[in-house]
Amino acid sequence: MHIVVCIKQVPDSAQIRVHPVTNTIMRQGVPTIINPYDLFALEEALRLKDTLGATVTALCMGPPTAAESLRKALTFGADRAVLLTDRYFAGSDTLATSYALSMALGKIGADYGTPEIVFTGKQTIDGDTAQVGPGIASRLNLNQLTYISRIVETDLERGTITVERRAETGTQVLATKLPVLITMLEATNEMRRGSIEKALEAARAEIVTWSAADVGIEDLAKCGLRGSPTIVKKVFAPSARSEKAEMIEAEGNLEARANAVIDALFAKAPAVEDDLYAQAVHHYV
Amino acid sequence: MADETKPAPAKAGGRANTKKELPEHFKAYKHVWVAVEIEHGEVHSVSFELLGEGRKLADKRGVELAAVVMGDDRAKLGAAAEACFEYGADCVYIACDPALEHYRNETSTQVLTDLVNTYQPEILLLGATNLGRDLAGSVATTLKTGLTADSTELAIDEDGSLAATRPTFGGSLLCTIFTLNFRPQMATVRPRVMAMPERTEGRIGRIVEFAPNIIEDDVVTKVLDFIADRDSDKAALPYADVVVAGGLGLGSIENFQLVKELAAVLGAEYGGSRPLVQKGWITSDRQIGQTGKTIRPKLYIAAGISGAIQHRVGVEGADLILAINTDPKAPIFEFAHLGIVADAVTLLPALTQAFARRLRVNKMAS
Ligand SMILES: Cc1cc2nc3c(=O)[nH]c(=O)nc-3n(C[C@H](O)[C@H](O)[C@H](O)COP(=O)(O)OP(=O)(O)OC[C@H]3O[C@@H](n4cnc5c(N)ncnc54)[C@H](O)[C@@H]3O)c2cc1C
Ligand SMILES: Nc1ncnc2c1ncn2[C@@H]1O[C@H](COP(=O)(O)O)[C@@H](O)[C@H]1O
Repeated sequence: MHIVVCIKQVPDSAQIRVHPVTNTIMRQGVPTIINPYDLFALEEALRLKDTLGATVTALCMGPPTAAESLRKALTFGADRAVLLTDRYFAGSDTLATSYALSMALGKIGADYGTPEIVFTGKQTIDGDTAQVGPGIASRLNLNQLTYISRIVETDLERGTITVERRAETGTQVLATKLPVLITMLEATNEMRRGSIEKALEAARAEIVTWSAADVGIEDLAKCGLRGSPTIVKKVFAPSARSEKAEMIEAEGNLEARANAVIDALFAKAPAVEDDLYAQAVHHYV
Repeated sequence: MADETKPAPAKAGGRANTKKELPEHFKAYKHVWVAVEIEHGEVHSVSFELLGEGRKLADKRGVELAAVVMGDDRAKLGAAAEACFEYGADCVYIACDPALEHYRNETSTQVLTDLVNTYQPEILLLGATNLGRDLAGSVATTLKTGLTADSTELAIDEDGSLAATRPTFGGSLLCTIFTLNFRPQMATVRPRVMAMPERTEGRIGRIVEFAPNIIEDDVVTKVLDFIADRDSDKAALPYADVVVAGGLGLGSIENFQLVKELAAVLGAEYGGSRPLVQKGWITSDRQIGQTGKTIRPKLYIAAGISGAIQHRVGVEGADLILAINTDPKAPIFEFAHLGIVADAVTLLPALTQAFARRLRVNKMAS
């Protein structure tokens, strides 16, 4: 079996700072990580590799420095790493990203065998759209399984897969035919630790690197900014509320302070008082 | 949206799309649509919230607002259509077919793209729920149009285009996104980001029946089972009127009980900031914020929460925010309505008692 996992290298957004004057992202010095959601996809692929014996290819579109994230994926246990990198991809939105990745998946299929399963994370922490997975599935005509919490069974002989999917009000159990695209739900598994030996191997491993032309993209108008129907016209910081919090200056013991808080609350919003009574009465009955 | 803030590469991409040059064949696209989310016969309230917002967009554009309902039970779809009219739709497209009994990406994508290609809406809105995001991504890719995911604000700009604003870079910034040269312009919006509109009883509209072109035998994906969540232990946070939440400032899982106790007295739901999920103090369905739930309560009490932007975007819709924090400079005081500089670990139990006393007194009087 061949499994491809799409991983994105993202800035660790916990450490992103916005320039106070120009409102631009200060990227310098911000460490990059594998998109945390993609680790659940990678771990699930590695578990299938353990149980069914699969080859796992990690695929990433990004700048040349994204090779670092691919090496990390090799350290965890992926067998092959493919980096799709080209200046023509800069500024891609979800449509252009899913196009580029689907072309790379086509070449991966041709060179190394058609994957039975393509995994993506649920979403990225920088793009944060959860749309690239569905986009790839539509383009490649793969059966789409999103928000998967568990792979129940993979039957390679029959070419079928059964999964549990997180729906809005419950869990759907779905059965479909391979090949499929799975977007893995978060917190469904825990990434294994990579070993020192793997890390050493990964440091020396070849990262297969492809450009737009390498994966057969002839029409560059489908890539990057030009291939992106969405246009970002304005980036700005959330506005501060015009009035700041009214501070409750309460003196005395705790009881007095608690009462002062409640008085201030009811004075500020008399309707809340009625609501709370209604709610609390309901609760006590 | 991938890298919104990347500067345009001067040579590589060009900025071909940044001016509005709508191709001729898209000019006929008109009207605002909401793809209604129905699971097990129930309409998700995000669809009504979207109808409220869609109404404003349609009025601004001087066009109709239409809803799309899909399912297998004509009577239930009829009832859903009536509700859509009462929440502001002028027209409802009904697609009824046994193959649409359960939501499946394959069937719903096909029906919705067929409808769009037939009736050509200018704007198409969906909820940013698991179902909506699953469907929107496929429909946008099939139609090769732009999609702004998880928008927090929708507007019509001077030239009549949809301006969709969404948080970016983990919520540290907002960006406004346009789809100028493709149709429909698509956006998803999370539940509770938009206010629930007024319902006008008896308001009616036009129904268009649409015969889906699907044959069950051709559909590859089958639904084997559906295990409904037990309502009892599912947090109803997004729709709670009163929410009490705690943050890392509480110091320990034992102290977090104080939040639950206050919530119990108020008949409120409880929740927390993201680090509490990571620490295992609360389950992830109780996380409030950008990567958790968006809430719109009448009263939100935040104890020991600093008010990081990712938390803020999830609570800004609250009518009244009361913050308890030991640090007078905590960012939460920038957007709370009422604040008190205090140790939540001692103030919370006092508040619980004081509320209990007052509410009980009132109950006896009533
Ligand atoms: C991509 C991304 C997504 C995120 N999504 C979310 C999200 O959805 N929701 C979310 O909440 N966070 C989210 N975060 C995390 C967010 O950035 C903050 O780290 C988090 O909200 C902080 O949680 P906190 O306020 O509980 O803790 P802290 O920031 O540590 O704040 C604790 C506060 O408690 C106060 N305090 C200390 N002791 C006491 C006391 N005894 N009594 C009263 N106050 C006290 C302190 O002054 C401080 O203000 C996200 C981050 C990223 C990068
Ligand atoms: N540049 C990329 N390279 C590889 N995979 C990606 C890339 N962008 C998105 N993905 C995959 O698509 C998923 C959803 O991304 P998004 O739509 O940006 O939230 C991610 O979890 C990744 O698995």
